[in-house]
Amino acid sequence: MLPLIAALAAGTLFGLGLSVAQMIDPAKVINFLDIFGTWDPSLAFVMGGGLLVNAIATPLIMRRKTPILAELFRTPTKHQVDSRLIIGGVLFGVGWGIAGYCPGPMLTSLSFANADILTVVAAYVVGTLAARLVLRAWERNKQAKLQQVN
Amino acid sequence: MEIVNFTPIPAFIGGALIGLSAAFLLLVKGRVAGISGIAGGIILPEKGDVPWRILFVIGLVLGGFIYQFMGFQPPVIEIEAQVGTGALILAGLLVGVGTTVGTGCTSGHGICGLARRSPRSLVATLTFMGSAVVTVFIVRHLMGA
Repeated sequence: MLPLIAALAAGTLFGLGLSVAQMIDPAKVINFLDIFGTWDPSLAFVMGGGLLVNAIATPLIMRRKTPILAELFRTPTKHQVDSRLIIGGVLFGVGWGIAGYCPGPMLTSLSFANADILTVVAAYVVGTLAARLVLRAWERNKQAKLQQVN
Repeated sequence: MEIVNFTPIPAFIGGALIGLSAAFLLLVKGRVAGISGIAGGIILPEKGDVPWRILFVIGLVLGGFIYQFMGFQPPVIEIEAQVGTGALILAGLLVGVGTTVGTGCTSGHGICGLARRSPRSLVATLTFMGSAVVTVFIVRHLMGA
């Protein structure tokens, strides 16, 4: 029960932060990305604020052997750079640039519940599901081939 | 270049709240606060690892509600989508596919990954920021939308 309450609290704080920072406003996001036109540098300060807190807190937290309410830290790999990472980044950037929604602000904006938000979130869910299914099939195929070789 | 609507103070405070949330999730759950990763594990469920993800996403929406009901400025009533339905669908699909293939978004790579000094996240962040800047340049200044 406690881990679930903690997840709810973390999500709420995150959503409130995105709202206070005005990242939930796609007009502001697109202006941030429009370096060569009407540039609004504000969102660099969102990343700055988030990074400052995290850059101090993360090394302190990682000194612990385990998290408070879980058995182990499950953090992603740091060093592997592959073509998948680049292709994904390019596609995500195009989508982000077209409409001004990245996943956090998009989901937080469900609190307005209008047709536009529901449309973009529905498309995001479909895109994510399709990509996860394809990647899962691809991984399984690769493993099956490896087993055949062995 | 012309600088518009610059609001560094709320941006910094909001960013710090996001940072606190990510630090709290790492301290308590041992997980990185990457929104696309958390949501992805609901959309195609990761066995035995779903309920906390759902609560986190409910929290995101709740955070949006709290902002609205506390009467923070500017009011969200002024916020609207900047493109039509077709572009919203295309953008949503690309964000879903891109963050899944690239294993992360603005939060997971951009904030948590960089704070962990992950070279992988640095490459990812530079890639999607660059791609987004180029996209806005093409759409706004070459296509004149």
